[in-house]
Amino acid sequence: MHNVIYLLLRRMRLPLIVVIATYSISVLGLVLIPGVDDQGNPWRMDFFHAIYFVSFLGSTIGFGEIPYPFTDAQRMWTLFIIYAAVVSWLYAIGSILTLIQDSGFRRVVAFSNFARKVRHRQEPFYLVCGYGDAGSWLVRELTERGFHCVVVEKDQQKILNLQVEDLHDDVPGLCADATDASSLIAAGLKHPKCQGVIGLTGDDHYNLTVAITSKLLAPELPVICQSDSKDAADNMASFGTDQIVDPFEIFASRFAMMFHSPSMYLVYEWMTAVHNAPLTELKTPPHGTWILCGFGRFGKAVRDYLAMEHVKTLLIEADIDLTQAPKGTIEGRGTEAHTLLEADVKEVAGVIAGTDNDSNNLSILITARDLNPQLFTVGRQNFRSNDAIFRAARIDLTMQPATITAQHILSMLLAPLLDDFLRIANEQDEAWANLLVSRVAGVVEEVAPETWDIEISPLQTPAVFGCLIRGQEIRLQHVCADPRDRDAMLPCVPLLLKRDGISTLLPDMDRVLRGGDQLLFCGRKEAKEQMDHVVHDHQAIDYTRTGIDRPSGSVWRWLTSRS
Amino acid sequence: MNLEKVVFAFFSILALTLNFGFFIGELDDPAHHNAYELFAALVVSLIATIMKFGDRAHIGALLLATSLVADLHLIAAAVVWGYTLYVMQIEMTPAIMGTIVSLSGGALLANLTSVLLLAVETVTFRR
Repeated sequence: MHNVIYLLLRRMRLPLIVVIATYSISVLGLVLIPGVDDQGNPWRMDFFHAIYFVSFLGSTIGFGEIPYPFTDAQRMWTLFIIYAAVVSWLYAIGSILTLIQDSGFRRVVAFSNFARKVRHRQEPFYLVCGYGDAGSWLVRELTERGFHCVVVEKDQQKILNLQVEDLHDDVPGLCADATDASSLIAAGLKHPKCQGVIGLTGDDHYNLTVAITSKLLAPELPVICQSDSKDAADNMASFGTDQIVDPFEIFASRFAMMFHSPSMYLVYEWMTAVHNAPLTELKTPPHGTWILCGFGRFGKAVRDYLAMEHVKTLLIEADIDLTQAPKGTIEGRGTEAHTLLEADVKEVAGVIAGTDNDSNNLSILITARDLNPQLFTVGRQNFRSNDAIFRAARIDLTMQPATITAQHILSMLLAPLLDDFLRIANEQDEAWANLLVSRVAGVVEEVAPETWDIEISPLQTPAVFGCLIRGQEIRLQHVCADPRDRDAMLPCVPLLLKRDGISTLLPDMDRVLRGGDQLLFCGRKEAKEQMDHVVHDHQAIDYTRTGIDRPSGSVWRWLTSRS
Repeated sequence: MNLEKVVFAFFSILALTLNFGFFIGELDDPAHHNAYELFAALVVSLIATIMKFGDRAHIGALLLATSLVADLHLIAAAVVWGYTLYVMQIEMTPAIMGTIVSLSGGALLANLTSVLLLAVETVTFRR
């Protein structure tokens, strides 16, 4: 705000001096020029009347010649005052208007408004750098779940999008370069309520700079960054970036997982699904040789992971030298039938279109399917604005880097234990995953499960902690029981119990809980709400623990104790 | 030589000298204190104030403050003068003249501080 006032004052210097000079010269002239009063005696205007006259004349009000009719000499001077005052006012007002419309001034005003809004934040918030496809998706999902965000984005157009978007919360957005440390600080990097920094600028170099800046200026803040290449990821990791999300790597590993353990794939998909998303059905990709178009960062990741599954890939790449494609790569874009035919499109199991151009990807898949309708099609969709055409093309599996990144970050923010769980789950076999899928399918309906975690602590679960202090035994089943009928279990599955750094998968219901335990659940949204009630309410936990619904009022308590 | 500095110092010192010119003389004798001089002192003081707008240095803020104080004193003096002559409609008395001149004396002190600060800034300024 100080900046704005200084700028305004500095720019108004000359116009104000001009106005004051005009006024004082006019007043002086009126006082000096001789006149006559109503009796014809010589008379001189005094300062008081001169200032009064010039003031109403300058503002073009004009009450007339006072206190006595003017002489011609006075009228001549008045003529000068009229033009001088009007011109000086026009100049002063024009300067103010120019200043207000000045883009530099508006930027300063926008910046100070933004900084003030962030400074006065009372609730915890996340600092999101980049409001592209991934950033906007993440901000929408976070605000829908009651979290607060602050956005820094370089593109003015995207900031405008943020302002017109119908979000659940007021999200302040700053149009600035996120690599500029001062804009990150203005966006709340050092704010005590800042919960973490998320780098989603869509450019590895920018994300890296965001990570470095955050780690140097606010070392204790968790930093999550997107990275599209191994180099950048390693570099970020060396700066202590807490989570590095590579959408190509994530997709490639999940895709490979579909080949060897489809149920495990489902576990991953469901646990990281969007709010209220429909449950994904299992589509098993056929074994055999696959055509992979485009050997960029995406193509390389997919090829590596498929090689681990012993799935053979035939590469099609337009620029073999630049991408350093291996021998045997067919040169071409893959959008033409002859290139695809050269790759035996009629014999292969599926085709993956992984170039960085959405229309090319669609063209590849549609051409390939024309040649071989049995193909399993996988398409990379780079921009979310192309949702409609990708859906219309009925592709078997669509890979959206932005959605994958945002989804992954969201699940890490919502349930920090989820990352642990997925890592340990990956080491289990397919039979285990099968069992889990059927258990989860048993509690959810239609929509993907929610995941949440609780910690046995005085703040998060006061009721449970109170019982533990009183020496009462709390088992997992008491937390998972329905507070309306304790014989029924809430529609949820306990996924993980973390105690003293040791994680236990799918803990048993009669497991005794201790202070400091961290638990991860998945299940229906209602289950989450009910469980929240149980762990906060002494009455409810007493009921699920003992089966006795104790009266809460003192009168009833006294009556029951008598009987 | 910096023209901005010249103009700036010119107005600051002119405000002081005009103010002094009005102030000097027998305190309560209307014949010693000229209305034109008060008017000139007030106008120059206002211009000097605006010259000091927008300076972000600490000394700039102090200069602005002293100028505002001087303006306030001079405006008060002018208002007292005008009120006596046109609202109360009485002849100037030595008591009222004393009030006006002592108000301008306050402004003189503020203007003096302003010029002193200016001198301090100039002395500490090194090339």
